[in-house]
Amino acid sequence: MAKIIIDEIRCKGCGLCTVACPGKLLSLTEKINLQGYTPATITCQDKCTGCALCAEMCPDVAITVFK
Amino acid sequence: MQQVFKRPVSLKDVQTHFCPGCHHGTIHRLVAEAMDEYDVQKRTIGVASVGCSVFLYGYFDIDVVEAPHGRAPAVATGVKRARPDSFVFTYQGDGDLAAIGTAEIIHAANRGEDITVIFVNNTTYGMTGGQMAPTTLVGQKTSTSPYGRNQHKDGAPIRMAELLAQLEGVAFSARVAVNSPKNLIDAKRQIKKAFRYQVEGKGFSFIEALSACPTNWGMNALAANERVGSEMADYFRLGVYKNTENL
Ligand SMILES: Cc1ncc(C[n+]2csc(CCOP(=O)(O)OP(=O)(O)O)c2C)c(N)n1
Ligand code: SF4
Ligand code: SF4
Ligand code: SF4
Repeated sequence: MAKIIIDEIRCKGCGLCTVACPGKLLSLTEKINLQGYTPATITCQDKCTGCALCAEMCPDVAITVFK
Repeated sequence: MQQVFKRPVSLKDVQTHFCPGCHHGTIHRLVAEAMDEYDVQKRTIGVASVGCSVFLYGYFDIDVVEAPHGRAPAVATGVKRARPDSFVFTYQGDGDLAAIGTAEIIHAANRGEDITVIFVNNTTYGMTGGQMAPTTLVGQKTSTSPYGRNQHKDGAPIRMAELLAQLEGVAFSARVAVNSPKNLIDAKRQIKKAFRYQVEGKGFSFIEALSACPTNWGMNALAANERVGSEMADYFRLGVYKNTENL
């Protein structure tokens, strides 16, 4: 069981986490956050292994990982 | 469940001004992690340079001195000599370190000052709108090389990690990148090693981190990230160029 939380306000929608995730579980949403960016979201939380590669790659430290 | 990834203590919990996909944010975090690892936060004095990383004091929870453009290694020399118990690092862009500050970096390194230098190479002057830097790749178009860098006229890009490694005073020199999980994990290791050199009083340590500047490269974040691993790493080879203690 693992879980990630993406801070939607901090996220700048760069997409670096989406290519880092081995399971391709992340994608960018269409909605626009307070900064004017489209934040990332996790499509299938159940499949997350908690490897934290998404969080490692995030330039904005917007992802927290629990395992 | 346990939290397995969290923000380092030395990095303030604030929003940065960096563009989406800018690697400055990632490199800041790795430097903060190294600070936490060696528990040096309370005795660290950072020396900020002029460039997009000028707001170092706003992002790191440490004391920071702001140096004039290119002069960070000279300022750091003074800080470290006046307060030898402090942990002193500079954080400089390629316009800052490899252009206007060439004299300061070469001589601080040659003197073997007991400081750590984090050099962020994004092949351009980010803050001022993407002018050509000494690190700009041959053929790369910038606002001051609209037809691409011409080696005949402008010279070839300067490789600082290799150049400084030749100096007697340098104890450690490495080039890293943060464009993929694999490179990032190695970057972490090398930054920590560079910190260890200073913690153990072993002399001047230098990290060159390849970095994306999507805004001035005219690319989206993913394409810019990709360029770091391909075009950039092809010329600026990743690796350890000097490791005197074999740590
Ligand atoms: C003495 C002086 N000359 C020029 C400038 C203008 N200036 C500000 S930032 C900068 C270049 C910064 O580029 P770089 O060091 O590559 O950092 P980046 O912004 O790419 O991180 C220049 C030339 C200045 N502030 N002071
Ligand atoms: S923790 Fe690993 S598996 Fe989970 S979303 Fe992030 S990269 Fe994907
Ligand atoms: S890497 Fe970070 S800032 Fe970029 S899209 Fe993912 S969560 Fe957002
Ligand atoms: S201009 Fe370039 S170096 Fe400066 S914050 Fe934006 S992406 Fe980063």
